[in-house]
Parts: sequence; C-alpha cells; structure tokens
Amino acid sequence: MSSIADTGITHVHDDHDHDHKPRGFLNRWLFTTNHKDIGTLYLVFSLLMFFIGGSMALVIRAELFVPGLQLVHPEFFNQMTTMHALIMVFGAVMPAWVGFANWMIPLMIGAPDMALPRMNNWSFWILPFAFTMLLSTLFMDGGGPAAGWTLYPPLSLQTGNSFAFVVFAVHMMGISSIMGSINVIATIINMRAPGMTLLRMPLFVWTWLITAYLLIAVMPVLAGAVTMLLTDHFFGTSFFNAAGGGDPVMFQHIFWFFGHPEVYIMILPAFGVISEILPTFSRKPLFGYAAMVYATASIAFLSFIVWAHHMFTVGMPLEGELFFMYATMLIAVPTGVKVFNWVSTMWKGSMTFETPMLFAIGFVVLFTIGGLSGLMLAISAADFQYHDTYFVVAHFHYVLVPGSVFALMAGTYYWLPKWTGMMYSERWGKLHFWLSTIFVNVLFFPQHYLGLAGMPRRIPDYSPQFADFNKISSIGGFAFGLTQLIFVGVIVHAVWVSKKKARARVWEGAIGLEWTVPSPAPYHTFEKAPDIDESMVPHADEISH
Amino acid sequence: MSQQADNAYYVPHGTHWPIVGSLGMITMLASAGLWLNGSNTAQWVFYLGAAVIVFMLFGWFGDVIRESESGMYNRQVDSSFRLGMAWFIFSEIMFFACFFGALFYARALVVPWLGGEGAGASTNEFLWQGYLPLWPTNGPANIGGEFQTIPAFGLPFVNTLILLTSGVTLTMAHHALKAAQRGPLVAWLAATVILGAIFLYFQVEEYHHAYTELGLTLGSGIYGSTFFMLTGFHGMHVTLGAIMLAVIMFRCMKGHFKPDQHFGFEAVAWYWHFVDVVWLGLFIFVYVL
Repeated sequence: MSSIADTGITHVHDDHDHDHKPRGFLNRWLFTTNHKDIGTLYLVFSLLMFFIGGSMALVIRAELFVPGLQLVHPEFFNQMTTMHALIMVFGAVMPAWVGFANWMIPLMIGAPDMALPRMNNWSFWILPFAFTMLLSTLFMDGGGPAAGWTLYPPLSLQTGNSFAFVVFAVHMMGISSIMGSINVIATIINMRAPGMTLLRMPLFVWTWLITAYLLIAVMPVLAGAVTMLLTDHFFGTSFFNAAGGGDPVMFQHIFWFFGHPEVYIMILPAFGVISEILPTFSRKPLFGYAAMVYATASIAFLSFIVWAHHMFTVGMPLEGELFFMYATMLIAVPTGVKVFNWVSTMWKGSMTFETPMLFAIGFVVLFTIGGLSGLMLAISAADFQYHDTYFVVAHFHYVLVPGSVFALMAGTYYWLPKWTGMMYSERWGKLHFWLSTIFVNVLFFPQHYLGLAGMPRRIPDYSPQFADFNKISSIGGFAFGLTQLIFVGVIVHAVWVSKKKARARVWEGAIGLEWTVPSPAPYHTFEKAPDIDESMVPHADEISH
Repeated sequence: MSQQADNAYYVPHGTHWPIVGSLGMITMLASAGLWLNGSNTAQWVFYLGAAVIVFMLFGWFGDVIRESESGMYNRQVDSSFRLGMAWFIFSEIMFFACFFGALFYARALVVPWLGGEGAGASTNEFLWQGYLPLWPTNGPANIGGEFQTIPAFGLPFVNTLILLTSGVTLTMAHHALKAAQRGPLVAWLAATVILGAIFLYFQVEEYHHAYTELGLTLGSGIYGSTFFMLTGFHGMHVTLGAIMLAVIMFRCMKGHFKPDQHFGFEAVAWYWHFVDVVWLGLFIFVYVL
C-alpha cells in the first residue's frame, strides 16, 4: 500500500493528448462538460451563496441584538428570514454537495466523467439564473417573499409582485436538482470501473446515490406544490382555499412530503464525507461499512413517512399525531447506528487531528446534539410547547451548520489538496475550526433556552426577558460569520499562494481510487478504467470474508 | 472489458446548448412573471424565450442524433441514456403523484371535514353551516358557481380506448423496427401520432364543452382545480409525447435506428406508455369514481 503512496501515480496519462484544458474563459467555464470544472463551478457558486445567505442571517441577528425594532422594517425582517433559508438550502448546501459529487464520484469509482456531461453543464448553469431571479425579488414592489421558506398559504399568497418570480425560481432550482441527480444515478450505476462492486463503493458514493433517489422523488412534488400556489394566486383555483373545498393544511402536507426528505438530502452526503474522513485519520477501516449503507437506506426510506411531525400543532387527527411521532422516533435507530459506528471507527485508532479530522469530530459531537433535540421535538405532546419557537431554530441549525456545513468544510479541507495540488495552511485551517466551533455554539446554544422559555421564531421584536440570550446569540453570529472569511483566505492561499505541493496520496491513512491519481487531479482521469486491486478500495477485505 | 477500452465512453468536449437553454428559460420565466403581473408586452418576450428553448432542443438533440448515427455511442453510453430516461420518467410520475395526492386528500379528508366529520364538527357548525360534503364539490362557498361534470362513459371513455389503441400501434411499430421493416414501422408510428392528435382534439372539445355549457372551469372550487390541473398537465404531456413521436417518425423515414440499437425510439415509447398509464389513473379517479 505504501508503494502507491510513494510513487503517487498508478495510472499514467497520455498528457500530451488529453490534458489540454479548453482555451479561453468561456470555453473553459461556460461550455464545459468536464466534471471537475463543473464541480468547481458548483463549489464556488455555493460559497458565494453561503456568504449572501449569511449576510441575511446577520441582518436578522443585528435586529435581534436588543429588544425593540431598530434596524429594519418588520416586513423586511421577514424577507430576510425567508430569503436566508431559501438561499442557504437551495443555493448553498445543495449545490455544494452536487459540487462534491461532481468532483469526487467519478474519481472514487474510476469513471472518465459523469455519465451525461452535457446535461451536467445545464444542471449547473440554470442555478445562477435561478438565484439572480430569486434575489431580484427583493427589489420588486412589495419586496421579496416574506412568508418563510415553507411558503405556507394563505400568507404566501399575499406576496407582492415577486410571487410568480419566486415560484419560477423554485421551478428552476428543481429542474437543476433533478437533472443533477439523474446524472449522479446514471454515473454510479453505469460508470463504475470493473471490480468496483456496489458494496465496495466508498460511503460518500453510497450516500449520494441514495440522496439522488430522494431528490428525484421529492423535487417534482415541490414543483407541484408551488405550481398549485401559482394557480391559486393567479388562475382562481381553490387548492388551498377552504371556501372552495380545498385546505391550506393540504399545502403543508405536500410541502413537507418534499421538505422532510429534503432535510436528508442536505445531511446524507455529509454522513458520507464524515465516513470517509474518520477512517483516514483514525488509520482504521470504517467500523460496520455494510451497516452504514443499510442505515443510510433506512433513513432515506423513513424520511418519506415522517413529514407531518413538522405540523403537529396544525390540527391533525390523533392517529396522525401518533403515527408520525413513532415513525419519527424510528429514525433515531439508523442514525444511532451511524453515530455508534463513527465513534467505534475512532476507538483505539491511531488518531491525528488535521483540520478535516477536527471538523469531522466536531460534526459527530455537534450533529448529535441536533439529533437529540430532534428527538425532543418528535414527541408530539411536547412539541405543542416547542413548535415555532427558537428551540426549533436551534435544533435545525445544529444539524445544518455544525452538521451539513461542517461536513462541507471537512470535505473541502480533505480534498482541497487533491483539487489544487497544494497543501492548505494547517495553522489557519485549525484556527478556522476552533473559532467556528466555539462561535457556532455561542450562536445557537442559547437559542435552545430562548425557545424553551417561549420566544417565537420569525418575529423581529421580543419580550425583554429574552434580551441576554439574544445578545449572546448575536455576538456568536457575527463572530461565526467573520470566522468564515478565514475559510476563504485558506482556499485562496491554497489555490494561488501555497508552495507546498501535495502528494498523490495526500493523507497517510487515505485509501481509495481518488488517491491513486496525481495531485492536482489531471483534467481527465480514468479514461481507461483502472485495474482495481484490493488495496485501492477501503472495504474490500471486509466484504471478501 | 477489453472491448470497452477499444471503444471508449464518449465524453463530449464542450457544448454551448445548455447556456442557450438557460437563457431561453430565464427569458421565458422572467417574462411570464411580468406577464402575470399585468404587462402585455411581456408575453411577446415570453414567446421569444420559448422559441429559444425550441431552438436549443433542435440543436442539442441534433448533435446527439448525429453522434448516435455516426456510431460514437457504445453500449455503456446507451445504458446511461436508459437510466437517464427512466429516472426522468420517475420524476414525472412524482409530479403527477403530487396532484393525485391533492385530489385524494381533498376528497377523502378535506371535504368530509368541512361537512362536519370528526374534528371538523365545529368548523362546519360555525363557518360552513349546512354544507353537505358531496363529491363533486366547489366547496361550501360554491366558488365558481353551479357546474356539471363530464360523464365518464362518453368522450373520456372513447379517449381511453384511443390512448390504449395508440399503445398497441406503438408496440406494432416497435416490432416492425426490430424486424427491419421500414414501411410498416413508419405506418404504425403515423397511426400512433394520429391517435394522439385525435385524443388531444377530443380533450379540447371536452374543455370547450365544460367551459361553455357545463359551467365547469378551473375556478370551480376544488373539483375544477383538480380536474383541470390533472387533465391539463396530462394533455401537455400527450402533446409533448406526440411531438416526440413525430420526430421519431421522421427519423425513421430518414433511415435512422437499427433493429438492435434504437434507444431514441424506445425512450419515446417509454414516455408514451407513461402518459398512457397516467391517463388510466385519471380516467378511474377523476372521471369514473
């Protein structure tokens, strides 16, 4: 195994013929069919959205710094909460994972590119237009959407001129996601190198395969839901109007049938990345590989039958409350399997704590806090107290920020040397981790107390007894936001400044096909399918007996 | 596997069609938004955007057809297309499932609740007293006024037979293609396209009847909403399917496809059977029940 690490290149390329990148900026980025370039586009785009959405969060935290209305109009505050969520969900986290999928899946399974390269280009190049349209709504008569990212009617139907544009932006994001996930499925099913059997695939590939199935199943449902909103608003239909025999609660059911799997769409690839990183820096194979695959599939299946736990207080029959409560609690079982296996992977490992590992460990600890507060929310009777309070805000930010976003950062640090060919600054990376971890807790932990004490979400003003925790939370928010500038600095440094070349196998304990190609990964890789031997796949020995 | 090395997976180098498609899409949707907000000039920009999309589809599929006919696609590329089409159709099924779900939810739960069943007792008592929860309904406020429904065993039943027959003619065309019989292939395809067109003609006829004589419109409460959205989206899919079939027919006339390699044909056939099956669901749940 070490011989691979030392020689670096096991797959020699005919560089003269193939490593020519397209000439010219437009050819390279606008017309590209290369999975690495498209992956880079996705990642850069999502980082930009991360900062735009983050700025909106800072508007919210600035307004909530002290009680009373001081900085922004309440209507604008509502637009900020709505847009922050839409941008972070559809513009930052989801495209970032598609970027990882683009870069890593072909490298991990030994494929020459994604299965449908032209469509891959289109999946990405819809997004800048969709988000330009979404952001432009802030400047329209009546402002942007302000009914929350869930777009519940009848409130969302009162949106001003921007309403149709919001709906169409969601349609475009949906088209992009569906094409992206079709590509992921076709790539994983059809493009694996000989010998890369399904149960030898890296866990990141597995989690993305399952995520892609979720996306294809639920994005069309969201498209249908917003289409019904559109026709209710403009064409006189009565889907969500009780006077016409419809029901606003029906929107909530349809929305959350999309919305709950959507939650897992954002977290399953994170599970995959963490399952790649922990074994590398523990220098041990992943504990319970097959169990991890089955747990991921179980979580995905369960995600389709738990949606109404988002609407316990809306007035459902008792049977509904009970079914959705128990079904939701079932998810704790496969999720528990995952956390147990991550901890067991580290158990007695020869651990080192490079930046990716720090973020991965931070993920395991902090995501679990979010998971446990999720269990509290799953208890229907108790949820009547928590519903629509800051406790919910704290819960889902714990699974999304030190969950999905930490995993994105972990993955970025892990594969950045593979992408750029240069080592990033470990000192600044670690500083980024520690400041992020401290301030993410300063930001979100007090919100648990605020919620339990009864502070409602999505309200720009609050009762004075909530002042202290809000002040702490806002300080944490600004500090966390500023800390992310370090992340940009580390990336810029690694891409343009760093002189420290990365080896093919960047990390001593890393196993997998992506480490058999040079760093940076050549423009075209695996044009001939690699001959896979047992040492190149992390789970081969486990499967063979 | 050594065979694969000789005939590598075709990865196209650069394409400008996606960005053309995106520009068409944003033109179309942004002007649709302006149009909905009351701008009449925007509708012409909307048509322009739609034209750009059509141009993109011609160009993009044209490239793919040329590459396919010149033998650049190996079996593995073929599999990618199969997976892509299959999962695209699955996404379409989920889109229709959304509207079927709305229909079932409204019929089975919302309407009885508005009529006072279960926890809806006080809703009925205080908001909609005297509302009788019968289907079809336009709700307790009688939104859109009185209306009549279209009987299942008239035109809709005829349309069911037409679509089912078109599934048979399409299968005949497929057999002819596999037997390398060009004449029957084109004839059966033409029959399929014509049946699709007759179906659409009857649908337009039925809509006209509903709007002018039955008082049934998109605005007829939940019944009108579910009826027209489900049948309308289905009709749009039949239109698209018929256009795709016509393209395949012209390709067959030009001598495209081989008896053992003709995924373009099969993809459209899958799509046609999908709209067929959706219609069966519509016929049962929207018209008959």
